[in-house]
Amino acid sequence: MQMREMYARELGRLMERDPKILLLDADLGKASGTLGLRKQFPDRIFDCGVAEQNMASIAAGLASYGFKPWIESFAPFASRRICDQIAISICYPGLNVKILGTDPGIAAELNGATHMTMEDVGVLRSIPGIVIFEPVDEYQLQAAMPALDAYEGPVYIRMARGQQPVVFGEDYQFDLFKADCLRPGTDLTICVSGLLTRDALDAAAELEAEGISCEVINVHTIKPMDREAVVASARKTGAVLTAENHNVVGGLHAAVLEALARERIPVSAVGVEDRFGEVGKLPYLKPALGLTKEHILEAAREAVRTK
Amino acid sequence: MNANLKDVARDIRCDVIEMIGRLGVGHIGGCLSVVELISVLYFEAMRIDPKNPKMEGRDRFICSKGHAGPTVYAALAKKGYFERERLWTLNQGGTRLPSHCNMVLTPGIDMTTGSLGQGFSCAVGAALGAKLSRDGARVYTLVGDGECQEGQIWEAAMFAAAKKLDNLIGFVDANRLQIDGTVEEVNRVEPLTDKWAAFGWRVIDVPRGNDVEAVSAAVKQAQANLGSGQPTIVILRTVKGCGMKWAEDLGAANHNTAVPKEEAEAALRALREEA
Repeated sequence: MQMREMYARELGRLMERDPKILLLDADLGKASGTLGLRKQFPDRIFDCGVAEQNMASIAAGLASYGFKPWIESFAPFASRRICDQIAISICYPGLNVKILGTDPGIAAELNGATHMTMEDVGVLRSIPGIVIFEPVDEYQLQAAMPALDAYEGPVYIRMARGQQPVVFGEDYQFDLFKADCLRPGTDLTICVSGLLTRDALDAAAELEAEGISCEVINVHTIKPMDREAVVASARKTGAVLTAENHNVVGGLHAAVLEALARERIPVSAVGVEDRFGEVGKLPYLKPALGLTKEHILEAAREAVRTK
Repeated sequence: MNANLKDVARDIRCDVIEMIGRLGVGHIGGCLSVVELISVLYFEAMRIDPKNPKMEGRDRFICSKGHAGPTVYAALAKKGYFERERLWTLNQGGTRLPSHCNMVLTPGIDMTTGSLGQGFSCAVGAALGAKLSRDGARVYTLVGDGECQEGQIWEAAMFAAAKKLDNLIGFVDANRLQIDGTVEEVNRVEPLTDKWAAFGWRVIDVPRGNDVEAVSAAVKQAQANLGSGQPTIVILRTVKGCGMKWAEDLGAANHNTAVPKEEAEAALRALREEA
């Protein structure tokens, strides 16, 4: 199932149960997969038109009134474009607004660099009080939606719209603030989020055959990161590799480095090397921007060799 | 008009001058230009309860020009939301009265503002919330004329009219000055009446925006438009620094400025003699 289909289905279920939940979008209801919900909830879904800043602050006003608004747009327009509105209208007063940013990083594919957020996590992570969540697949998203709704405060969700390689299953138990260990290991910790999670697991399987044992941790919530899990694993393996569909500046890599600053444990990175994106489909973009299983394999071997 | 409104406005003006005068620095100009409006809203127009600041269905006031916080605080203290002595803690470390409005810190403040343009959208959101709640609340909001240079104001203006938010009454503090000079010189926002009308709002232009009777009459006129399917904007032609000659004479320099103690004292003496 496409991520946006799962998102719309689960949001619809939550809206059925709780009349306080509202949805606002900025002319991207169709793109976000929620156009169908408008028929079901004609009085609770508002299209703000192409005006994301207004949308964000309107959501804050609604939240101040006791409603639970979700806002949605493409990731760049749900993060860097409305950074100040997220900071001052939403996060500073601690208002309960959920912000969905779709197609982060190279997931924006043919929309190209203007629509590719290599920096949304970096931009938002420095704002106090925000939670940043990045689902891997439809099952993780499905499990997360009730938890996101139950959490009273601002959350940014960076979600690819299309079908994602499946990592979790129907029986998955989700905790918003606990990272998931997907594979135990002893030689290297791979901290991974979102798009690269399947690649990290596949790389770990190949490395096992080479005699390198990798522990793969899915850091689905990048802020606040589950430091305990990351630090404990790093102490056990003695080396860490981060893998993310984001600039290596400011995102997961930075969060892990901050957590390990006092640990004297080497941390290497697979991610976008501080550059803008470009147009293309994933089979082109992943190698072009250094975001493949092969890049993870190479970085992992190097990390273990030099630790 | 409530016969005491003039006295209320004078008391609030005195408290604003004393708050900023004791501190020695502040947004004196834009605080004094809206004294009459804040007096009318809190002492005549709004259905609120100081003993129950979060009362359901209360009218909201969102001060999008968040730097007018001190004027709102003076009104809140006078209404009894907190003791008047607290006013003298303005901007002191650890205060609950920061220069810009904060809904978490201050009882009676309905929204955190200070980044210009945003509070107006928040007010539109609150007006939408009131409609959805069907609680009959009205939302009042205040923007500066310089603030009308923010694109977000016009995004929100468009939305409010499109969604027929007729429980929303906005005010523009048209004092014609901003930090770097006159609004006309910096980046002209006039003709404000035509702009707001073009965005689908009912417009009331008040040439004497520091005349408490004129403001009261305009607010009543705006209230008569509630439920009409159209939001209302009241353009108040005001004087930045109104009621403190020293500040008025500073012109654009009175936005956020050092206020010598003796000037504050002289202004307070003059206002009290007037009484």
